[in-house]
Amino acid sequence: MSSFSVTEPSDRQKWIAGILVVGYALITLMPLIWILATGFKSSPDAIAYPPKVLFEPTLEGYVNLFTTQTRQTPEYLEANPPTTWYEEIVHDKGMVIAGPSRFGGRFLNSVIIGFGSTFLSVFLGTLAAYAFSRYRIPLKDDLMFFILSTRMMPPIAVAIPIFLMFRSLGLSDTHAGMILLYTAVNLSLSVWLLKGFMDEIPREYEEAALIDGYTRFQAFCKVVLPQATMGIAATAIFCLIFAWNEYAFAVLLTSGNAQTAPPFIPTIIGVGGQDWPAVAAGATIFLLPVMVFTILLRKHLLRGITFGAVRK
Amino acid sequence: MAEVSLLNVAKTFGDTVAVEDMTMTVPDSAFVVLLGPTGVGKTTTLRLIAGLERPDRGDILIHGRSVVDETPAQRDVAMVFQQYSLYPHMTVRDNLAFPLRSPIHRLPEDEVARKVREVADVLRIAHKLDNKATALSGGEMQRVSIGRALVRDPAIYLMDEPLSSLDAKLRADLRVELKRVQASLGATILYVTHDQIEAMTMATHVGVLDAGRLVQFGSPREIYESPVSLYVAGRLGLPRINALPADLFPGAPAGARTVGLRPEHIRHGEGKPSRVVRIEHLGDQTRLHLMLEGHDIVTLTDVHTDLEPGDTVAIEPRNALYFDAAGARIA
Ligand SMILES: Nc1ncnc2c1ncn2[C@@H]1O[C@H](COP(=O)(O)OP(=O)(O)O)[C@@H](O)[C@H]1O
Ligand SMILES: [Mg+2]
Repeated sequence: MSSFSVTEPSDRQKWIAGILVVGYALITLMPLIWILATGFKSSPDAIAYPPKVLFEPTLEGYVNLFTTQTRQTPEYLEANPPTTWYEEIVHDKGMVIAGPSRFGGRFLNSVIIGFGSTFLSVFLGTLAAYAFSRYRIPLKDDLMFFILSTRMMPPIAVAIPIFLMFRSLGLSDTHAGMILLYTAVNLSLSVWLLKGFMDEIPREYEEAALIDGYTRFQAFCKVVLPQATMGIAATAIFCLIFAWNEYAFAVLLTSGNAQTAPPFIPTIIGVGGQDWPAVAAGATIFLLPVMVFTILLRKHLLRGITFGAVRK
Repeated sequence: MAEVSLLNVAKTFGDTVAVEDMTMTVPDSAFVVLLGPTGVGKTTTLRLIAGLERPDRGDILIHGRSVVDETPAQRDVAMVFQQYSLYPHMTVRDNLAFPLRSPIHRLPEDEVARKVREVADVLRIAHKLDNKATALSGGEMQRVSIGRALVRDPAIYLMDEPLSSLDAKLRADLRVELKRVQASLGATILYVTHDQIEAMTMATHVGVLDAGRLVQFGSPREIYESPVSLYVAGRLGLPRINALPADLFPGAPAGARTVGLRPEHIRHGEGKPSRVVRIEHLGDQTRLHLMLEGHDIVTLTDVHTDLEPGDTVAIEPRNALYFDAAGARIA
């Protein structure tokens, strides 16, 4: 027996909704699935036409991604049998591993620059947002508008001046330079988002703490920060996604020492042309940190991106 | 506990005058209730004393010491806010302990635990100590808010309509509880409300506010029996005082524009005939709605009255209050 309910959808509605959601998920996940699959294909399979849906999986792409290799004579290969599974994969192609590739370093750069700038954006954004939310600041509205206006044109529009500035300041191809740049770009979003969250926190919370003998800073740490966690988490995810995926500035301003993964991955060249499985493997690994970060903060994010609409 | 005084204190927000030239002394160990409708400046008065707002003019003394240049912490006051004073991310226990763990109090933990338990017992929330503050009913939250103040032993407790969001039964219980706590601690309390019953039942002194001004200050009885103005007379008394043209009845003093009649000022059986419009049985009292020459009058009658709508009752004033054209009391 089914009965009508205002809040509970009927079975039929659930089925329709389920099919729609799964269908939508498949469509949006298709490119991801394709990349994931390509990472486990052999080079010929990766460029086969028509595309291969079923294939024999191999870790060749991942090995190529992380190593550099040289071709060797059959005598040499014979004399030096492989000792590990990855040496064996390379061995079968008539190659030996010459050393690690540059991918690890580029990935580490991405982590340092991505998380470093995210931390800085959120840290400075939190302090600025709190000040804007709580203090009487002369020209407050104009300042807030100014901060927003820094995002009114695409950041890349100022690429040339930034390029020249970085060169004369010695910031080109440095971690500090990229962290500063991404922080500068993210800060306006961070201040605006966080100010919204701060405004939602009743000031009576801190005032009660002030009366009870806490300093303003202690009240901020003990009362405001815990209340703002979901806002901070949501803001951090937005900042990280931008800094992590940023491509244009990374191409322009980094080449080696501080190069991040996005400009590096497409340049992975194998023997005889683009090594698509290695590129796909690099893209897959590149996706992981943001995914893990987002999943860890998911609980906060879901409520956070409604901008406090569902508090209490 | 200490005496707290305001001397000619004024506070405006832009064009809004929140508190105007307020002079008032809260005596040591007194329970002072500031009474007034919403927007009259009650909260602002408390915030000025707590140090959350700075007065434009005037001085505030706690224990004879001027505190206008002190931080809220230095003033040694405790405050119950009208709303939002519990921290949602903490348990009830931590909420209650929060003031005691502050750097200026910093009690040893066993002392904190003892005080928290003591206050929780008084306010009957001991069984909820380990709940998250958000997992409480409105009444429990309000009691924890009061408890957050009571754990301390400040110069003065400031309470901003702490019972306003509660249901009638709980409000009645907590009125008794607060009064008992105040008497047993000998605490000085400045309590603001728009509820006249709270003023009448708890206060040792009542201050009546009108548009940021303190218009009368005295014992509840004094305020009730000799209000300085029609406005003050309207603040206390249920049913509310009837304001009628002074010439409706003979015997008004010269200059009187309005006569104020409380139920006890209306003698039945003699005088002008008035028509019974409606009778309301409220259980403990029976209200009589009368119509006299086009004026509505609400008064009380015998609980088991035989009167019915349409009947005629003769009424005349007795010891009535008279006010001039500006509303000031003249007799
Ligand atoms: N921070 C503020 N900014 C502007 N106006 C305020 C502020 N606080 C209070 N007011 C105004 O001051 C007046 C008195 O407010 P308040 O003290 O909160 O009254 P009550 O507590 O008696 O309801 C009201 O008109 C209110 O709008
Ligand atoms: Mg108020």
